[in-house]
Amino acid sequence: MNTRKFLKGIYALWYREFKVFLNERSRIISSVFLPLFWYFIFGGGVGTITSTGVNYQHFIFPGFLAMTIIFSSLFNGAYIVWDKKIDFLKEVLISPLSRTAIFIGKVIGGMTDALLQASILIIIGCFLGIPFTAANILLSFCMLFVLAIGLVSLGLIIGSFLESPESFGLVSSFVVYPLFLLSGALYPLDKLAAWLKVLTHLDPATYAVDGLRNVILGSSSMSFGYDLLIVISFDILMIFTGTWAFNRMKL
Amino acid sequence: MTETIEIKNLTKRYGDLVAVDHVNLSIARGEIFGLLGPNGAGKTTLLMILSTLLKPSSGEAIINGFDVIKQPSRVRQSIGMVFQDPSSDELLTGYENLKLHALMYDVPMNRIDEKIDEVLTLVDLEKRKNHKVKTYSGGMRRRMEIARGLLHQPHVLFLDEPTLGLDPQTREHIWEYIESLAKKTSMTIVLTTHYMEEAEKLCNRIAIIDHGQIIALDTTENLRHTITGDIVSLKGKNLLVEELKKLAFVKKAEQFDDHLQLTVENSGKNLQELLRTAGEIDFVEVHSPDLNDVFLYYTGKEIRESEGDMTEHIRSLTRAKQK
Ligand SMILES: Nc1ncnc2c1ncn2[C@@H]1O[C@H](COP(=O)(O)OP(=O)(O)OP(=O)(O)O)[C@@H](O)[C@H]1O
Ligand SMILES: [Mg+2]
Repeated sequence: MNTRKFLKGIYALWYREFKVFLNERSRIISSVFLPLFWYFIFGGGVGTITSTGVNYQHFIFPGFLAMTIIFSSLFNGAYIVWDKKIDFLKEVLISPLSRTAIFIGKVIGGMTDALLQASILIIIGCFLGIPFTAANILLSFCMLFVLAIGLVSLGLIIGSFLESPESFGLVSSFVVYPLFLLSGALYPLDKLAAWLKVLTHLDPATYAVDGLRNVILGSSSMSFGYDLLIVISFDILMIFTGTWAFNRMKL
Repeated sequence: MTETIEIKNLTKRYGDLVAVDHVNLSIARGEIFGLLGPNGAGKTTLLMILSTLLKPSSGEAIINGFDVIKQPSRVRQSIGMVFQDPSSDELLTGYENLKLHALMYDVPMNRIDEKIDEVLTLVDLEKRKNHKVKTYSGGMRRRMEIARGLLHQPHVLFLDEPTLGLDPQTREHIWEYIESLAKKTSMTIVLTTHYMEEAEKLCNRIAIIDHGQIIALDTTENLRHTITGDIVSLKGKNLLVEELKKLAFVKKAEQFDDHLQLTVENSGKNLQELLRTAGEIDFVEVHSPDLNDVFLYYTGKEIRESEGDMTEHIRSLTRAKQK
């Protein structure tokens, strides 16, 4: 398969994800409003009893950017189990495209959705008084980008093993929520018990949250470069695993 | 080489079940070939192997000169497929589904829209192209999927039960499309069905398949003449079956749940004598043999369309629900 066909195939799958995204406005709305509810209700409530140095709502805003990426990336990836169910996956797998092209196309498509949702949230954040600047928005996007790549891949890997959409709920309980809750999106990590701290450091989203907090609020426990490096390593692992999983996927 | 499809000893096992059992088959370029068989005969499994989505347990298959096991992506470029179950994305419009397909099959960018219009016109859907597929009726969706299968001008088009669960009117429409397609292009078309009428109307040659094996293979014409004589069905309380069997012109007698079926030579001349011999009759029907009877002859099973229609319809409905 030559490079041009390979790239066109990636574009094809991206095209589909993007069109579904545009056609399904309810999905966009819910994925943007969920973090906002957390911001106002949870953030407003808990903010009255905590002292994190900065305003608690500001403190958790970077966490909600990561949250949008976590939810939308993982669900988008795992959504492939629906494609299996409706036989749409057969239509894709019967095309001359290689499984690798299909996988990468889906990753880029899902990543686009997730980043568009995060962009909406950033715009809203500007109005909420989050200290955004051109520079830190750019750095935030770098972080959100690498996080989304890894998590869409993870979603696709899980989805490629699932047999029916009924098991979709498991993804949410055993992958999405743990990744979100362990990421330090809602609380600072430095005062945690040792065992919990270990768990949070196994969660790639932790580094993304830390990096985002670093560039947006100037407070963090690790350097931005280190955070980025860890998430990129996670991406590489996921992309290799995902390519393997897609090549072995049966109908 | 005029054979577009060459299948040798193709076998697929699922555990103990042999879904496709040592099938040998050659299909020539430009043929409309029918695979006719009851539920579970192995038709879909066979098509899945030919389209590289399933690996056979043994045997080989060559399509358009390419081996389905060794050169799957060359095979995929050569074929179009319309699956038994809906396989389009409901959240996209018809146009978007087709565009996705065109991109995947590397249709040149500047020709994509033109090709999409061309195939949509063929199936009469150009007016609905910008509507989401979830607003289509079953027949429209099926037509859109047929159009999609044609978009990249495949050498071979596979149609798995193209009119399953559709109303008779839509079915006739689709038959017209398939026929005109065969006339306009030199495409080889392989379709599976268990509607006799469909096989009879569309196909040059038919393979009757049951339990994964081909049990009859011939031109539609020849198959129809498998049975010489006419079919006489009788109903009555105390039919004299043994007496009837003794008549020289009665070739075959079979008892079904509610009727006795006889194969009779020259029924025009012999009917009177037959009726005299039969005893007390409530009902009699004479017809010249059609594919239904041929199917019955080979498989010992009845797949009359009326029953087929209902169960099929229910089956496709429950499938849709399960999804
Ligand atoms: N994935 C599978 N695992 C186990 N058995 C299977 C599988 N797929 C099909 N079979 C079995 O293989 C046989 C052939 O199935 P197939 O779907 O090919 O039949 P078919 O002729 O297409 O029937 P229908 O008219 O109902 O579509 C059936 O007995 C079916 O139960
Ligand atoms: Mg079938």
